[in-house]
Amino acid sequence: MMAVTKSTDSSLATSVGLTDEDLVAMYRLVALARALDERMWVLNRAGRIPFVISGQGHEGAQVGITWPLTKGHDWIAPFYRSIATCLTFGMSPRDILTAQYATANDPSSGGRQMPGHYGSHEHNLVSVSSPVATQLLHAVGIALAAKIRKTGQVAMTTMGEGSSNQGDVHEGLNFAAIHKLPFIFVVENNGYAISVPLARQVAGSSVADRAAGYGMPGIVVDGNDVLACYVASRDAIDRARAGEGPTLIEAKVHRLTAHSSDDQQTKYRSEEELADERARDCVPGFRMQLREAGVLTDGVEEKLTAEIKSIVDEATDYAEAQADPDPSTATRYVYVEDVD
Amino acid sequence: MATKTFIESIRETLADEMRRDDSVIVLGEDVGKKGGVFLATDGLWAEFGDDRVIDTPLTESMIVGASIGAAVNGLRPVAEIQFADFIFPAFNQLVSEAARMRYRSNNGYGVPMVVRAPYGGGVHGALYHSQSVEAFFTHVPGLKVVIPSTPYDARGLLRSSIRNDDPVLFFEHKKMYRSVRGDVPDTDYTIPLGKAAVTHPGTQISVFAYGLMAHYALEAADRVAEDGISVEVVDLRTLRPLDNETVLESVRKTGKCLIVYEDNRFGGYGAEVAALVAEEAFDYLDGPVTRIAGPDVPGVPYNHALEDWFMVSPEKIEAAIRKLAAY
Repeated sequence: MMAVTKSTDSSLATSVGLTDEDLVAMYRLVALARALDERMWVLNRAGRIPFVISGQGHEGAQVGITWPLTKGHDWIAPFYRSIATCLTFGMSPRDILTAQYATANDPSSGGRQMPGHYGSHEHNLVSVSSPVATQLLHAVGIALAAKIRKTGQVAMTTMGEGSSNQGDVHEGLNFAAIHKLPFIFVVENNGYAISVPLARQVAGSSVADRAAGYGMPGIVVDGNDVLACYVASRDAIDRARAGEGPTLIEAKVHRLTAHSSDDQQTKYRSEEELADERARDCVPGFRMQLREAGVLTDGVEEKLTAEIKSIVDEATDYAEAQADPDPSTATRYVYVEDVD
Repeated sequence: MATKTFIESIRETLADEMRRDDSVIVLGEDVGKKGGVFLATDGLWAEFGDDRVIDTPLTESMIVGASIGAAVNGLRPVAEIQFADFIFPAFNQLVSEAARMRYRSNNGYGVPMVVRAPYGGGVHGALYHSQSVEAFFTHVPGLKVVIPSTPYDARGLLRSSIRNDDPVLFFEHKKMYRSVRGDVPDTDYTIPLGKAAVTHPGTQISVFAYGLMAHYALEAADRVAEDGISVEVVDLRTLRPLDNETVLESVRKTGKCLIVYEDNRFGGYGAEVAALVAEEAFDYLDGPVTRIAGPDVPGVPYNHALEDWFMVSPEKIEAAIRKLAAY
């Protein structure tokens, strides 16, 4: 999104080349993603939906990193915590909640996949699967096609640091760097692969350190700092579009919920650690930053809060009312269907 | 009409398709300057350049995974796995990703991709250069599996596979690359996927085979013909989707069914053909549904005596036909 700053914009906005309007829109997405995510847990605990996999704690990084991509042109191969990523890239709250209910008109999969497995051809979001890190190779292939077809597109993939240990990551980063593909690898490092902490996953000091071995820059960014994430992503996109090759961005985020609705994280995480992470939550953090900069006024915030509540309520009612898929359709789209 | 070897037919079809459609690219190990270890892609790099003929690192999962992505973003990749034996690092990408992309996205995404791989034994390739891997993939809805046996079929089926909008595994028996020749017209013909061919009409026994075994079955049919045994040989050509109708029509006519495959017997592709015949043509059977296949050892052993012991041969097929004919 091209931002044209005005003289009336805050110094916070102009310092990163954005407008106050951009910052409010970004905050809206962060807060909306959180509100949708919280609604999912309520629906799960109320027995309305069987499963939740959450992105709470990742929203700031996801919005900041996705914001500078060009919607409908660039590509993202996301993962199962990518609610804010998908919202920022064009999916709607209805799209997110129909996926929770697995309705017939759920645009991600028509009710075929578990919640969290988002995807949208309309929005260049590659369909998510459950085996982790496989999507990195798809994004690399998308970037390869972009380079060969000279489309000017950038392909990004996102995943957790747990997934970053898979062999597909090694194979894909190596290839992307050899061919200087317009590709960005985003690691949303929340410190846990379900229950296994970072120290048992990564021997070096960071995932980003590995980038040097592939011949690409590796950037570590505070995932609670939305604008720092924005800048890191914007710079990586510039590099990619200029033909300078891929970038690895490691955003240090927090996992504020259990891995999923079937996990009890207090079994392996201390109350102190959880409290500490909640105190650094990106949603109130970004809010305070924008309030202190004078971007988020009482009036704007009041309006946003009401709007988000109404959007989430409306999307919930909508999703709740949608039909289940008809079993007679379950054999469709195994293969391409002939168009007569 | 020109006579070509099996591999010439494949190579020329790749070149033709790349000339016809800019979105077709080739990628794999040694496919560039070297032209592939069997020379299936020889000359493509010189004609089409680095962008469309890509030498990859030794990364089978990447070859397939990046092909999926490239297919999603408008290309028609033809990936080469150097030997079918080395396809297993890409199993997850093929089975979890390529096969399911269309289904799991409710037709949002398709994967128009071909994965070519030489397979098969009888070439002193031992455990890791001889395997028949088709059964792993024919099991998977969402994948199509093609195994041609003639230069003519290779051309027509490879064209259809490349123009098809679903992932296709295209297995080529490496022993046939230079030993099998045949007429190949210069026309832009295609052979539809999912159609078997009756390559030797007969009345008393149906023999179903594919790849190298389709040739051995014809040899065996000729040998027993001298003794008045009339064999119908059906070359399956496409293993998934299987041409059920041609299989059943043949068995309903002959009443006897022999399935030949080179892979390990247990759980091999022939078991599915046997089940189809048993379920759908039981009333027509006049003998046990029979398989002749590779023995159940974990690979083709290297020493020539051991390899000969492993491989299904025209003689072994002949013996099986005679036994079933006498039933």
